[in-house]
Amino acid sequence: MIAAVAFYVFALILLASAVMVVSARNPVHSVLFLILAFFNAAALFLLAGAEFLAMILVIVYVGAVAVLFLFVVMMLDVNFAELRSGFQRYTPIGLAIGFVLAAELFIVFGGWKIAPDEMSLRFAPTAANVNNTAQLGKLIYTDYIFLFQTAGLVLLVAMIGAIVLTLRDRQTSRHQNIARQIARIPADTLEMVSVRSGAGMTEIGIRRPKVEAAVPEVEHATTDHDHGAH
Amino acid sequence: MNWTLALPEIVLAVLGMAILMFGVLQKRHNPFHLASMLTVGAFLVAGMLVIAGPEGLGYHGQFTSDPFSRFVQVLVLVASSLTVIASLDYNDHANLRRFEFPVLILFATVGMLVMAGASNLMTLYVGLELQSLSIYVLAAFARDELRSTEAGLKYFVLGSLASGLLLYGISLVYGFSGTMEFDKLAMTLADPTKVSAGLIVGIVFIVAGLAFKVSAVPFHMWTPDVYEGAPTPVTLLMGTAPKVAAMALLVRAMATPFGHLLGQWQQLIVLVSIASMLLGALAAIGQKNIKRLMAYSSIGHMGYVLIGLAAGTPNGIRGVLIYLVTYVFMNAGTFACIIAMRRRGRSLERISDLGGLGKTDPMLAMWLTVFMFSMAGIPPFAGFWGKYFIFTAAVQSGMWALAVIGVLTSVIGAFYYIRIIKVMYFDTAEAAFDPRSASLSTLAAVSGLFTTLFFVFPAPLVGAAEAAAKVLFG
Repeated sequence: MIAAVAFYVFALILLASAVMVVSARNPVHSVLFLILAFFNAAALFLLAGAEFLAMILVIVYVGAVAVLFLFVVMMLDVNFAELRSGFQRYTPIGLAIGFVLAAELFIVFGGWKIAPDEMSLRFAPTAANVNNTAQLGKLIYTDYIFLFQTAGLVLLVAMIGAIVLTLRDRQTSRHQNIARQIARIPADTLEMVSVRSGAGMTEIGIRRPKVEAAVPEVEHATTDHDHGAH
Repeated sequence: MNWTLALPEIVLAVLGMAILMFGVLQKRHNPFHLASMLTVGAFLVAGMLVIAGPEGLGYHGQFTSDPFSRFVQVLVLVASSLTVIASLDYNDHANLRRFEFPVLILFATVGMLVMAGASNLMTLYVGLELQSLSIYVLAAFARDELRSTEAGLKYFVLGSLASGLLLYGISLVYGFSGTMEFDKLAMTLADPTKVSAGLIVGIVFIVAGLAFKVSAVPFHMWTPDVYEGAPTPVTLLMGTAPKVAAMALLVRAMATPFGHLLGQWQQLIVLVSIASMLLGALAAIGQKNIKRLMAYSSIGHMGYVLIGLAAGTPNGIRGVLIYLVTYVFMNAGTFACIIAMRRRGRSLERISDLGGLGKTDPMLAMWLTVFMFSMAGIPPFAGFWGKYFIFTAAVQSGMWALAVIGVLTSVIGAFYYIRIIKVMYFDTAEAAFDPRSASLSTLAAVSGLFTTLFFVFPAPLVGAAEAAAKVLFG
């Protein structure tokens, strides 16, 4: 009874926040509603007895993905009103196509019949004394290890691709020049002065140590040829 | 569990990561050339492992190694090696000397090897994604060039759409049959009462997703733009290895799990095949850019290959495999010639730039003539034999109409192939191209010799293709 009530409460909030994600005018509100949707989905997973998935959903989606979204939305100045400008114009054709697809799917799923001997294939058998974290672990790391590793390679390629396409050596970046640091001697920056006791700095005529003119360190292939200049 | 079945893929992936680390840590000299050489070496090692490896079904029915997968894997490795060799010269001139280039080709190849051995719909998808993602990045590799980034983005967006279609089809098939393993699907579907409308819709979506990857006609729109915009070695890659792998995937997916539904998917393949052949023949006529011409040519070639699949017999599949082998070599050779089209350091892509090549560079003109004759299907070049095996298989299965349309479209296609030869030998001579590098000359010569001499000893290849094709109908 309580479980049923909880299910309907969570499901309703999930649906409502999902609608708000799409319809909210302020993109930051959209992301916040997305986070609310994730939390409610996690609660539904808990009700279904999939506690591992529920925790993963909160940790990965709320903890990482949604926060990343929030950063992107706040940092990039995307004009969402402009993105949505074609909405009115495309609504009729979108609805028409959606209706046709829905009708086709309805016809297709009309033929759905559940064969008794395929039930065993459709549902992975669950042993009573093994919790679902252990079962997922067995599936991912033992049965589907090949797919898991290949998916890892896909992520590696995504990482390489992101670096290849976006990383540039900036011309103004200030790298550490170890040779220059070692070549520096105390006399360049320090001045030894014997100070009369009781006298102020202004009286001796020294306000601050000698300062070199601040030259930004340009340390790249393009400037390699004029090392003699500085 | 026999994990050694996937040893070539594992070794290749590990070597790829090692080359990546080498490239990152090597700071003094530009590691591009060395990384490329290491990549070719890794392909060689993987190729030997493929040939020497065991056969069987492993990883809980997700991966298989049989004569069919080995045939395709060796062909993919050859095609990828040819690409890496072709990129040596191009990337030097286009200022793309970055070690990530061969590494990405290597990971794409790992994906293609996985595709060739897929015996589960999930393996099929994961392999396809690994291959596609690497190639999206490669297409946009010349990131400072507008055309290249546009090509990468276009390929990425449309490719993701195709992946979505494929996944939806897989989910429908899974929902209506209860399994994703090819063997179990074949067993389940042997009983005609278990075939429902939903399953057929799922198969249609899977065919649509894979047809996108081989750029067959209703799903070909991306091909000309992406071919034109991508760096030329990447175009070479897209035209050869992924086409082979995706076609092998399509053949295996249709012949093994859905083999009992031949009547259902056959008409689909016939339709796609006819449309591809017609478009490939007609749309290429007006092209002025040789890379776009090759794009339409590849659409047409995929149409011919699909005839072999539509025949639905071991002979048809044998034709598919032989055609793919000849196609890889013709394509690699043609692109080697296209990369060599360069005056004063600038790459040229217009067909009219080839004017008078017969006088200024007779060797290059000769090889390009060989490839064009072969693409047009003129005996005794390899391209003719590919078409011969395909058309005889179609006739044996009683698909006369398909064979006749195929012959007619190859006659139309011959027009634009032979026009290139005419431009080279009979148009007014332009200034000579820059001297070719040894890598391109070698590539053109190897592909050209294969294309010319294929008819002298076709027996080993035909035998291997026949053994590979029999497995699917075993």
